[in-house]
Amino acid sequence: MMNQDHVLRASQDDEMESLVLHDDNDSSGNSQQPQSPKSPFNSFLDPPSYAEAIFTSFDSNGHDQTLEPSPRSGSESDYIQIMVSDPQEEQELTNSLVPGGTTYHTYLITTRTNKPEFGGVGSEFSVRRRFREVVTLSERLSEAYRGYVIPVRPEKSSVERKVMQKEEFVEQRRVALEKYLKKLGSHPVIGKSEELKLFLEVQGKLPLMRSTDVASRMLDGAVRLPRQLFGAEPVAVDLNDVVQPAKSGRDLLRIFKELKQSVTNDWGAAKPLVVEEDKDFMEKKDKLMEFEQQLSNVSQQAESLVKFQQDMGETMGELGLAFVKLTKFETEEALFETQRVRAGDMRNVATAAVKSSRLYRELNTQTIKHLDKLHEYLGTMLAINNAFSDRSSALLTVQTLSSELASLHLRIEKLEVASSRIFGGDKSRMRKIEELKEAVRVTESAKNCADREYERIKENNRSELERIDKERQTDFQSMLRGFVVNQAGYAEKMAAVWEKLAEETATYSRDSS
Amino acid sequence: MVTFEGMEQHRTSSGSSQSPRSPSSSQPFLSVSVTDPVKLGNGVQAYISYRVITKTNCPEYQGPEKIVIRRYSDFVWLRDRLFEKYKGIFIPPLPEKSAVEKFRFSAEFIEMRRQALDVFVNRIAAHHELQQSEDLRTFLQAEEETMERLRSHETGIFKKPSDLMQIFKDVQSKVSDVVLGKEKPVEESDPEYEKLKHYIFELENHLAEAQKHAYRLVKRHRELGQSLSDFGKAVKLLGASEGNALGKAFSELGIKSEILSVKLQKEAQQLLMSFEEPLKDYVRAVQSIKATIAERANAFRRQCELAETMKLKEINLDKLMLIRSDKVAEAEREYHELKAESEQATKTFGTIVKLMNEEIGRFQEQKTLDMGIAFHEFAKGQARLANGIADAWRSLLPKLEACSSS
Repeated sequence: MMNQDHVLRASQDDEMESLVLHDDNDSSGNSQQPQSPKSPFNSFLDPPSYAEAIFTSFDSNGHDQTLEPSPRSGSESDYIQIMVSDPQEEQELTNSLVPGGTTYHTYLITTRTNKPEFGGVGSEFSVRRRFREVVTLSERLSEAYRGYVIPVRPEKSSVERKVMQKEEFVEQRRVALEKYLKKLGSHPVIGKSEELKLFLEVQGKLPLMRSTDVASRMLDGAVRLPRQLFGAEPVAVDLNDVVQPAKSGRDLLRIFKELKQSVTNDWGAAKPLVVEEDKDFMEKKDKLMEFEQQLSNVSQQAESLVKFQQDMGETMGELGLAFVKLTKFETEEALFETQRVRAGDMRNVATAAVKSSRLYRELNTQTIKHLDKLHEYLGTMLAINNAFSDRSSALLTVQTLSSELASLHLRIEKLEVASSRIFGGDKSRMRKIEELKEAVRVTESAKNCADREYERIKENNRSELERIDKERQTDFQSMLRGFVVNQAGYAEKMAAVWEKLAEETATYSRDSS
Repeated sequence: MVTFEGMEQHRTSSGSSQSPRSPSSSQPFLSVSVTDPVKLGNGVQAYISYRVITKTNCPEYQGPEKIVIRRYSDFVWLRDRLFEKYKGIFIPPLPEKSAVEKFRFSAEFIEMRRQALDVFVNRIAAHHELQQSEDLRTFLQAEEETMERLRSHETGIFKKPSDLMQIFKDVQSKVSDVVLGKEKPVEESDPEYEKLKHYIFELENHLAEAQKHAYRLVKRHRELGQSLSDFGKAVKLLGASEGNALGKAFSELGIKSEILSVKLQKEAQQLLMSFEEPLKDYVRAVQSIKATIAERANAFRRQCELAETMKLKEINLDKLMLIRSDKVAEAEREYHELKAESEQATKTFGTIVKLMNEEIGRFQEQKTLDMGIAFHEFAKGQARLANGIADAWRSLLPKLEACSSS
């Protein structure tokens, strides 16, 4: 959002500076030849002699986001570079009878990688994808990689689409997609995933659908969970359903049961049979929540800081321009020599102010880049919360199955007691008991599955948090360093500008008399 | 007769009295300072009183040193008197009345006003004609009761009878202009003077714009300072929640931000006093010149009117003399009176023109000097600020290195 403001303000600045520094494009550091008297305006300011090169040194140790980040592990086989480019508008193929359908955009996604999963060293390939396919990819990853901190995909943002210009929106989306895919690519687990591979390699329609191949990767057996656990029909069901969170539509009954369980957890007098025991985890979670809050706060203040830095630069520029006009005025209307002297002084002030204004603008561009890391980590916090949700819902499934098991045992016990009173046995009751015992067996294996899943997710959580923590340390340190070096460097440049003006006006100093 | 640079005096921040440059009693000197602002009164009637200290060896003054208490409206009285008596001279400008800020009366506002008033009096004392003014002597020496009497005489609707006459005459002349078919007021046709007028009017616009941006720049400094303070606080909290070496780094960053916030606020005040105020002063000076331009126009008009009227009277007199009317004597007397007035008006106008020519040169010289000082202070202040910022950030770097290596 900050970038938009910059686009608007930059055009005003350019207008002002083109008035003042016509010759800036011609010379790079050459001293200005005096212009003809007809156009005194142009010759008033010397073009600044600092070059872009001086400033890149400030960023050499900082994190430059336009460059590819070096692979985190350092080994070549992890190298992957993903670029999103060339948005094109295409016609929607509708089946409806309504003529002239809607359009959508596709993006060219180019991958260069050394990863063996993708074909080894020097692989390069491109596909064309639309946003809808990105959504599918992200959904599949969420299902398949529960417990992992999966980067959050760009939003669908229908509001922005209506408000912004089409080109701006498409460009914004392109940038966001690139960032997202880069993050996926550099994730140690997801970067090697089948889903990502398919997304990046396979031409044409994305061959990702729900509920395929998941079971074979996650389950040990093919034990089926009868629907009678969650409903009345004795229809066998895929066990992989256990390892998925309940989805609306299909699993209404399961949702009710789990909701009942969670209410029991929250309000019930008795504790649930299985609880989150990992104190370490609880502590970490609390700390992370605290951190997120502070981070959000800092991010807000950083945005304000950038805004005020920008305002300062603008006003300095306007001041410079006012003095340029004064200089011109006094020079043209000069009747006394002292006026020419004053005009010269004012020209020096104008030069210093305009230079300073430019420096503020550059400083700001750099500052935004550095502080963007904060925004990025707010996104990561979101992804972490998702990973924690995976854990909670897996735990809920375990708790629900435990409760279910407990109540089954209770029913069996009651029936056995009742049945034992009848001499010779109670045929219908005996049959019921057998059915229930079968249910218990099935529920137990389902619960084992759920237990394993929960443990798996817990482990994913743990290893991911460890990884992210390390990354965060490095990232933030380099961000801090970059920010500080940047501020210091530009402050020094500005000091030089003003010291020059102080020298030029030294004759007026009180001390020199 | 000027023996010291009046401009130097207003730079003393404490406002203490300046010792004369040449202590020898043979060389005449006049040294004034406006000091010790004190807030008096309550609520709507609150005002500030100043101590005005005069040191002189001029015989026209009561003694070598005199201290009086004066308030803002006394200064206004002095300016108005000088404006009336010394037509053609650019009277030094006064800071604005500012009815609103009066209620707030912050320390900075009080100091700025004191400084501006000190400059005002010193400019008068440094001007070779104005310094001889009796009104100046009154201002510098009279008892407070006397000043109060004089002050209330001038202000408000209760104008002196002579003022009323003047207003009446002005109205009269305007009416006669209309009657005689002169729609446009009579103006000089001196091309050089036209250029000067145009210059002055244009100059005011340009200066006002520069001053506007200077004032905004002060605000920006304050805003950025506040933002850095808020940023620093937030970063410190983040550091606390992070805990480890990185957390310490954040805390250090936060502390530095807060330090820089203070520097920015300080510089904002400096900027206001040493850069924006001189620009405002420049604008006021130009406005004072505009007032003198108006006076000159009045004087020119009066000269023309009287010359016209005199001609008419002359014609009338000749007529009367021809018919040997007994009104001749009276008409002759009136004619001579008018002639004297007309000559006076011409002389007045001529003096104004002469004085203005001298004044404009002086004005230009003075302004180059004033602005030069202001620019220098501006540059020094900004350089000081920038260096302070650079130092603060640079000093943070070794601490960051220490955190990352651990």
